[in-house]
Parts: sequence; structure tokens; C-alpha cells
Amino acid sequence: MDLAIVVAIDFVYAIATLALISLGLAVVFGMMRIINLAHGEFMVMGSYSAAVAVHHHINIWIAILVVPPLTVAIIGAIIERLIIRQLYGRMVETMLATWGLSLFVVGILTMVFGDITEGVPTPLPGITIGAYQASGYSLFVIVFSVATMFGVYIILRSSRLGLLARGTMQNAEMAAALGTDTSRIYAVTFAFGAALAGLAGGVLAPVSGVFPSIGGSYIGRAFITVIGGGAAPLVGTASASLLFGTINQIATFATNPVYGEVALLLAAIVLIRVLPQGITGRYMRGSL
Amino acid sequence: MIGLLRSNSGLVAVGIVGLALLAGLPVTLDLYTLLQITLYAIFAILALSLAFIWGYGGILCFGHSAFFGLGAYAYAVAVINIGESTVPLLIAMALPALLAAGLGYFMFYARISDVYVGVITLTVTLIFYNVINSTAGPQYHIGEALIGGFNGMPNVPSLNIPFLPDDTLDPQGMFVLCMGLLLVVYFGLHGLLVTRFGRVLVAVRENEQRVEFLGYDARLHKLIAFSIGGALAGLAGCLFTAWGNYVSPTAFSVVQSAQIIIWLMVGGSGTLLGPVIGAVAISWLTVEIGTQQVVNANVVLGAILLVFVLLVPKGVAPMITEKFVPWVLSLRRPAATPHQLPQEGKA
Repeated sequence: MDLAIVVAIDFVYAIATLALISLGLAVVFGMMRIINLAHGEFMVMGSYSAAVAVHHHINIWIAILVVPPLTVAIIGAIIERLIIRQLYGRMVETMLATWGLSLFVVGILTMVFGDITEGVPTPLPGITIGAYQASGYSLFVIVFSVATMFGVYIILRSSRLGLLARGTMQNAEMAAALGTDTSRIYAVTFAFGAALAGLAGGVLAPVSGVFPSIGGSYIGRAFITVIGGGAAPLVGTASASLLFGTINQIATFATNPVYGEVALLLAAIVLIRVLPQGITGRYMRGSL
Repeated sequence: MIGLLRSNSGLVAVGIVGLALLAGLPVTLDLYTLLQITLYAIFAILALSLAFIWGYGGILCFGHSAFFGLGAYAYAVAVINIGESTVPLLIAMALPALLAAGLGYFMFYARISDVYVGVITLTVTLIFYNVINSTAGPQYHIGEALIGGFNGMPNVPSLNIPFLPDDTLDPQGMFVLCMGLLLVVYFGLHGLLVTRFGRVLVAVRENEQRVEFLGYDARLHKLIAFSIGGALAGLAGCLFTAWGNYVSPTAFSVVQSAQIIIWLMVGGSGTLLGPVIGAVAISWLTVEIGTQQVVNANVVLGAILLVFVLLVPKGVAPMITEKFVPWVLSLRRPAATPHQLPQEGKA
């Protein structure tokens, strides 16, 4: 029984982290049809901002939950203005440009912080389940991931900004004709996606360790979760994370983490072949 | 004959320069520079393999390093087991070609559109990278060859004269081989592109649906082109391993894939000469950056990719052929009479 609980936590944790790292990318992809290959580096910048904040003796919770999204949102807004805006509607060029951006950011981070691993302390102690030890922080990540999804849902569903964003997503020209400043909506949406990426980087910083090239290990998983999920950012991310996270954990459980990741990637390739528009391109169309 | 030469004057010039380099460099350059230029030639072959499938086939392969790495590892494993390099070289081309054919069948026959082809190829690269990286330890071996995981495989034998295992190529021989193969690949692809197959392939890039309406099988043309590109990338991988006697999982890395795309973007993906120039220029630049400690190479590579996507999307080569050459010609022939042409149509 105790073992079952620990294993269940592992499963849900894998799904929750997958959703958390994909959400920012999914919002940008769903709303703007842009695949940001620098998403992993946005997360790493979030992690570094958390690490720097901790070094300056800022409260750990503020350092991982408040500083990263704010920092990366500002960076995202600047990048939108300088790069993304020039390439709207050109998906391949956007991918190439953000790929260049990702290399650029890795290089800058290496120059500034060096090729070493920074640590961010884990703010929660471990918990004991029967004879087993589980990480209290894992439980926090699970709860936080669900809360973030819910928060994004509330923002998109209920706020005026969410309404305008959804309208622009459905029909940009009509939204513009009705007086919406669509380019500002795009800018805000991109910054919002960047903030979510930064938040994910901040939350995962105590678990993963922080070094310049770690974004590469996020981007593959986030990327295929978003493509596999399809256009609807929330339902797509949730369903694809559920599917891929489960496959990942089963394979990890049966073999080792490397083959878990490989199984996840293989599953993604098959899914894209069967459903090129993603899960929400076929089922639950028009959901958020 | 003279008319044919004149109408292909660019190609003839490339051939003459190439042969001159092939014959002249080994006797004039010191060993270190010659080794570097051999590497550039290998990378130029790799650039050509992607230029063919991306620039002419319209296949957005974001994970070209999968084929490069597979060729590199296939050669290493085969040559250690066989002890002679002729068959391993062929294996190093055949395996990536098979992988490309399988992947191509998987993607093109499902009519997966361009961006998703990019996603899938990138994912395949990630799979290879993960798997190879995890094979450290004595239990991972193919025959006598230890895969070595993240440590890579050292002491891989060089290429030898076919079927004479003791006659390994010296650096000069290796240079002549790589440079010669580069010329063969360059002119071979040019020749291929003017055949019926090549023309249909370019037409598929322009408008897949229209080509199918005309009765051609676009999927098959893409599949064959993809396999050829895979085989050539495998050849480059094989030469790369034989050049350095070493291969590591970075051959499969995403950065390696990005680098090939950067060569294309800088040189001009719609040409064959451009990617060669791009590969040589960027490789040279990377080495130069590596010798100083001020700027990280990734910063420069990323900035170059960004700048070219945003400002010079066609690359350098079209700028030379469309702007510079006409300008030079117009200097030589000022008698051309553009003022007699009707001007209304120009915006």
C-alpha cells in the first residue's frame, strides 16, 4: 500500500512536471501559432533569476514563484518586439529564429554564470509514507501545477484580456475590425507565455539544478507535448501530458529513465503521425 | 561544346577552382592547416546533403544530425569489427539511407506537413542522443566495439586503400579523398537536379498538389531525395570519424543539427555553392572563436542564425549571383540598353 502511494506520486509528478514545462509554450502556440524553440532557455532564465534571488537572501518562495515569471515576462516582451513580431505568420522562420535565440541565450548564460551548476535549496522537507520517504516538494509541484493550469483557465475564461486574446485567436482580422489592438494582444500573450516558462523554471530549479544547457532537456519534451496536444492550450497540454507522462513513467519503471524518455519520444512520433493536428485537433475541438 | 561550357560558366569555374585546390593545397599548406581544411570539406559534404533535401526537396529536416551521427557510429562500429574500411564506409552510407527511407515512408506517405516533419526529425535526433549517451559501460558493445556512452569511441581506425587494411590514408591522402568526394557530391547533385527526377523534385517543393495532379508521385520523389540526403550525411559522418579517429554523442546533438542549418541559412539554402561556402566560413569562424576566451561560440552562432533569418533570409550566395555578378557584368558591358525597355511595369 505504502509503495503504491509512492509510485502513484511518481506517476502524477511526471505528468504534472510535463504539464508545467509545456504550458507556456502551449499558450503561445495555441494563441499565436508560434513554436518558440527558445522556450527551454526561457525556463533556464527563470531558474537563474531564482538562483540569483536566493543568493541575495530573498525569501525562497518569492525567489521561485514571483521573481522568475516577472523577469522572464520582461525579457519575453523585449524579444517579442525585436524578433517575433518581424516573423508573424511564418512558422518555419520563427522556429529558426528562436532556435538561434536559444543558442544565443545558452552562450550568454555560460559567459555570465560559467559552465557550473548553481543550486537552489528545496524549501520543503521530505515526508514519510510508511516505510518510504517521499519528497514533500514533489507534492508541492503537483499541487502547484494543477493550480497554475486552473489559474490560466480563469485568466483566459473570465478576464477581459483573456476574452480579447481568445477573440484574436479565433479571428484576428475581425478582432482588429472591432477595435482590438491585436499586435498588443500578441505581445501580451507572448509575454504571458514567457512568464509561465519562467515560473516553470523557477519552480523546478530546486529539483533540477541550474546550468546553462539544461534548457535542451526541457525543450524536446515540452515541444512534443504541445504538438501532441494540438491547438487548445489547456486541454491539449493536460491530455498530452497525461498520455506522455504515463508512458514515460511506465517505461521508466520497467527499465530506466533514459528509456522512459525514449518511449515518450517514440509515442510522440507515432501520435503526430496518426494525429498531425494533435489530440485537440481531432477531439474536443474548440476547447481552451 | 563551347556553348555548353559558357552556359554553365559558374559550374566550370567551381570545377576549376576545386581541382586547383585539390592538387595545390597538399603541397603548399602545412599539416595543421591541411587537416583543418579536410574537416571543412567534410562539413561541406554534410551541408550539401541537407541543402539537397531542404533547399531543393523542400523537406524541413530539423534533425539532420541523426543521419550524420548514425553514419559516424556505423563506421566506427563496423571498422573496429571488420578491421578494414571499405565495407564500413558503405555501411555508414547504407544505414542512414535506410533510416531516412523508413522515416520518409512514415512521414511522407501519411502526408505530414512541413513543420511536423521538422518536429519528427528533431525528435528522432533526441532519441538517438539519449540512447547513445546512456551506453557507457562494458556491457554495451556491438561485436568488439565498445559504444562508450558519453565518453564516445576513441581510437577508431582511419580509412585505408580499399581492401588493403595496412595502407591507411595519410593526412594528404585523406585531404585528397575528402576534397575529391566533395567535388563528386557537388557535381553529382547538380547532375541529379537536371534529370527528370530532379526537376520533379523541385516542382514538388514549389507545389506538391499540382505535381500530383500532373501524375507524378510526390511522396516517392521526396522519399528518394530524403534517402539520398541521408546517405550523403552518413558519408560525411564516416569521414568525420575517420578524420579524427574519434566519435562522441555530440555528433547526434541538437546543436549539431542547428549548425548544419546555420551553414545553409548563411550560404543560401536554395543553392548548392552557398551551403559549401557557409559550412567553410562558419566552421572556420567557430575554430577562431574557440582560440580566444572572450566570446562563447554559441553566442556568435545564435546571433548569426537570428540575423540571417531576420535580415538575409535567402543567404549570401543569391546575393552574389543576383546582385554582385550582374553588377560586374554591367561594368563590363555598359552598352546594354535598359533605357529602351518600357518602364511602366516597375513599381
